Amino acid sequence: MKENKGVCFTETPEQKVQMDAVLEQYGGDESNLLVVLQEAQKIYGYLPIEVQKKVADGMGVSMEKVYGVVTFYSFLRTDPVGKYNFSVCMGTVCYVKGAGLINEKLKEVLGIDDGQCTPDGLFAIAPTRCIGCCGLAPVMFVNDDVYGNITHNDVEDIVEIYRKRAKNL
Amino acid sequence: MFRSHVLVCGSDGAVLKNLVDNMNELVEKYRLKNDVKVLMTYSLTGDDKISLIVYPEGTQYFNINLESMERIVKDHLLNGKIVKDLLAHPEEKTEEEIASETEFINRQFRMVLKNCGNIDPESIDEYIAQDGYQALGKVLTQMTPEQVVAEVKASGLRGRGGGGFPTGLKWEFACKSKNPVKYICCNADEGDPGAFMDRSILEGDPHSVIEAMAIAGYAIGANKGYIYVRAEYPLAVKRLDKAIAQAREYGLLGKNIFDSGFDFDLEIRLGAGAFVCGEETALLTSIEGKRGEPHPKPPFPAVKGLFGQPTVLNNVETFANIPQIILKGAEWFSSIGTEKSKGTKVFALGGKIEHVGLVEVPMGTTLRKVIYKIGGGIPNGKKFKAAQTGGPSGGCIPPQHLDIPIDYDNLVGIGSMMGSGGLIVMDEDNCMVDMAKFFLEFTVDESCGMCTPCRVGNKRLYELITKITDGRGTMEDLDKLEELCYYIKDNSLCGLGQSAPNPVLSTLKYFRDEYIAHIKDKTCPAGACKALINYEIIPEKCIGCTLCKAACPAEAISGDPLKTHKIDKDKCIKCGTCMAKCKQNAIIKK
Repeated sequence: MKENKGVCFTETPEQKVQMDAVLEQYGGDESNLLVVLQEAQKIYGYLPIEVQKKVADGMGVSMEKVYGVVTFYSFLRTDPVGKYNFSVCMGTVCYVKGAGLINEKLKEVLGIDDGQCTPDGLFAIAPTRCIGCCGLAPVMFVNDDVYGNITHNDVEDIVEIYRKRAKNL
Repeated sequence: MFRSHVLVCGSDGAVLKNLVDNMNELVEKYRLKNDVKVLMTYSLTGDDKISLIVYPEGTQYFNINLESMERIVKDHLLNGKIVKDLLAHPEEKTEEEIASETEFINRQFRMVLKNCGNIDPESIDEYIAQDGYQALGKVLTQMTPEQVVAEVKASGLRGRGGGGFPTGLKWEFACKSKNPVKYICCNADEGDPGAFMDRSILEGDPHSVIEAMAIAGYAIGANKGYIYVRAEYPLAVKRLDKAIAQAREYGLLGKNIFDSGFDFDLEIRLGAGAFVCGEETALLTSIEGKRGEPHPKPPFPAVKGLFGQPTVLNNVETFANIPQIILKGAEWFSSIGTEKSKGTKVFALGGKIEHVGLVEVPMGTTLRKVIYKIGGGIPNGKKFKAAQTGGPSGGCIPPQHLDIPIDYDNLVGIGSMMGSGGLIVMDEDNCMVDMAKFFLEFTVDESCGMCTPCRVGNKRLYELITKITDGRGTMEDLDKLEELCYYIKDNSLCGLGQSAPNPVLSTLKYFRDEYIAHIKDKTCPAGACKALINYEIIPEKCIGCTLCKAACPAEAISGDPLKTHKIDKDKCIKCGTCMAKCKQNAIIKK
């Protein structure tokens, strides 16, 4: 099992209350496992081993089963994400219109690879499957902000927006 | 009665709400309140640009802001003059051409999409005003379950999710089962890249799916349904949630619907980013909260599906056809389309095409009509090379097959498939070997790993094809590639593996010369495979303006001002920036 080396898992009292409520509502039925994990990820942002254990205990499901489900679905994450997540859509239409180049450029500008997070915890790259915005192709998301019809030459300017924003925090 | 309707189209609800408020203020200001109705709708064409459409004219305006809205209200709504410069590409248009702006919509046949973009998807009343829930009423009060199944069967409707299995037959299997508990499931896990039909239906007309699922529930004797939606579609989930709540409030879902004694309720389940969950058995396992791995068939879901009970699973577009089949009758429905494929099909037209968006046409329409008549052809005067249908499970259609009527069987006949309806147009700049590699990368990544032919075989296919795009391939590799493709097709457990080699096989069939060029000549004819292309400066054309040198991110270009520049091939990262910057067209790609 992959141990999380970078960030230590901590739980706030509010998170505990929210998680207990989720387990209370859905915990009784094993078929809700995926729903519970999705809710847990909303609460904690990711699903480290500690949270998985909580879910397993709370639902009376084996840890092996929980881990199996977590690692099967790409939306469920075992690592924390950056403050700003850069996702280039890798759908066919975006790809045909140059999304591959944009992602390469992004990796170069941020100095990290797909699925990684910068050491300061600010930026992460996670290419996404087709999000169905093919009318705007190629598309890049930064958290909930959408940038459509871009080229690899726009990448640096877009990253700069978030560098500035991070400084002002 | 209103004289004009103004539709505010786009995808971001908050932005649209603002625009609607502004528009209403303007309408008030010009005293048009009793003549003009402003509506917020989802985009008619399925793209995400913000636009205003004025009906009954059907004029679509872009560049929407406060000032332009005021002009639209004053000039168009008050004085009846079209505001030309707010149309798309106004500068090069004559009066007749402006009229043809709406051809993208007018040349289609909108049945499934009839409400999308024309009603407010968040209002059940608007859906009911368009005959909504009448089909459910008719079924519950005038028909027996067997009659409903017979009607759907007679219509000839086939599953719109890809395989094309007759929907009525599926319902009949489940209907005949004596099992007391049965389920209806809706597959809204639209995973094919480049396909967004289901998303548009869910966002634009969610009630049609809810109504159809209730009808299906009545037909087979199920009281519970699940809609499995991709987590990538948050707006669709939100609208569905709202629609289900409204239907419950109106007594159209829940206990004793229409006082008929029939109970039916729906639940939404979110996917979590696994493409294989679009496969029916995997989807059902995922609803059960497990790893979404497929099962061998038989048993088919209609016999033993969700939680081991008989289950009917149809896709969003299939369901969206049902209410109209019930209302207008099987005979009407089966009069549309071809002999073996009835009704219409919605395609998500994308790629190198003038008008991107959703296109609904009767089955049997030719690809040429869809691409050139409706889609407006290929932009920038480039040549059509191929159309890709069926996503990672489908294949490419070359120019010689442009005139084949599109239906399930014809597409399979030419080595592609209907799939869910993604239709991606490629021009001469797209390399077909690279395309096959793109889809393989997708399937390798999305293979669930359960069976070996798919897990290992596709990985090996990917390696072979990478060898070719890197210029290291041999002619023997082509034979190996083909042999392995057939092996994977024959031995994989589920649809994902069985169809994964299709993009390779169809490109090998129609574009073998491109593969050979990569292997023998070590060139990529389309100039897309990086390892095989080089940028060069033509000395006669270079005027030494230094633009390229300044723009090069790799500092690979050398040369003094006003003297011929040179590209260092070892340093060049082949990004193409220099070629884009050069005003003399002195840089070529070889």
